Amino acid sequence: MSAAGEEQISYWELIRNGILKENTIFRLALSLCPAIAVTNNLKNGFFMGVAVVVVQVMVNLTISAMRNFIHPRIRLPIFMLVISGWVTIVNLVMDAAVPDVYKDVGLYIQLIVAFASILARAEMFASKNSVTPSVFDGIGMGTGFFIALMIISFFREVVGKGQVWGIPIIDAKPLLILILPAGGFFAVGILMAAFNWMYAKYFSSGGHSH
Amino acid sequence: MDFGKLFELVVSSSLVNNYVFTMFLGLCIFFGVTKKMETSIGMSITFTTVMMISAALSWIVYKFIMVPLNIEFLLIIVFIGIVAGLVQGSDTVMRKLAPDLYNKLGIYLALISTNCIILAVPLQSVGNKYNFIETIAFAFGSGLGFSLAMIIMASIREKLELADVPVPFRGLPMAFVITGLIALAFTGFSGLITL
Repeated sequence: MSAAGEEQISYWELIRNGILKENTIFRLALSLCPAIAVTNNLKNGFFMGVAVVVVQVMVNLTISAMRNFIHPRIRLPIFMLVISGWVTIVNLVMDAAVPDVYKDVGLYIQLIVAFASILARAEMFASKNSVTPSVFDGIGMGTGFFIALMIISFFREVVGKGQVWGIPIIDAKPLLILILPAGGFFAVGILMAAFNWMYAKYFSSGGHSH
Repeated sequence: MDFGKLFELVVSSSLVNNYVFTMFLGLCIFFGVTKKMETSIGMSITFTTVMMISAALSWIVYKFIMVPLNIEFLLIIVFIGIVAGLVQGSDTVMRKLAPDLYNKLGIYLALISTNCIILAVPLQSVGNKYNFIETIAFAFGSGLGFSLAMIIMASIREKLELADVPVPFRGLPMAFVITGLIALAFTGFSGLITL
């Protein structure tokens, strides 16, 4: 985060930060596992993204609300407890609400617990700020992740299957490789390079090193 | 105990269903430590050991505490607790009893608790209803597969240092493309064993 104007950082700025500057997947390269695993079609990517946004926002909310009661020495176990509590809730809700998607992404939803990005935001932001900025930070980081998932899964579904959300749009032989496991790595690699290129070209005001 | 079944389990979890290349788990650590051969070997050893212990422990807790109490829905909370506790505990024990080993492998231990594979293995072994021995074989195979992936990747990335990669692709994007190529090779194992 830039040094200037840290006190009066606007909510919009917090969201923008999560989407562009500290985009979990493309910039920080954290929490990559689900980014590849569940993105072979748009629908799975969408629900995974929603799950992450909900967990991130609720965790930030809970932790910032409790931050004055948490003893610093036992903060990490408490953060983990809060995160796994919310993940359990989301997990059970998804299982009941969208069973067909849950069949594919269930394991990865449970593994949101081990997301470095959620714990990192709880530690770096929510435990030091009051509730409202923390919620906006959660929305920003979650949305950044969500958008990244949508881009990757859109790309993979269109090129790999010629479909969007299960509806065929391209009437040509698709590049099957992109929906194979290996294709996920290619897709993320290429998109990450594109994001780097775009960032360097349009948004680089110095200050980032990667 | 059926030895053939165990062997199948090890082969399938290390090669056919390799966690990195077909399930995409543990990528953060995978990309983090594979810049150097030495670190990835250290990580492999620590990782496989912790994985087997934590899988065994989780199985015992699940079977003898959670099932009788009907609290299976707390699976995630309990397992992450076990993993975190185990890592913290072995960190302390190792520092006291084997300081040499701790200096070599201690840093990897701290990283492990944020690894998704370490949580995925107990979750999957419960999901697939493995018995105790099978759980250990499954954990061993998964650890072996992860080690194999890290060592392959480290040897390629050491060579990559000398290559002339286009600027936007430098670093991680290139690592991803390479992993994709290895994953493509691993697709060849699919159908080798069906469980």
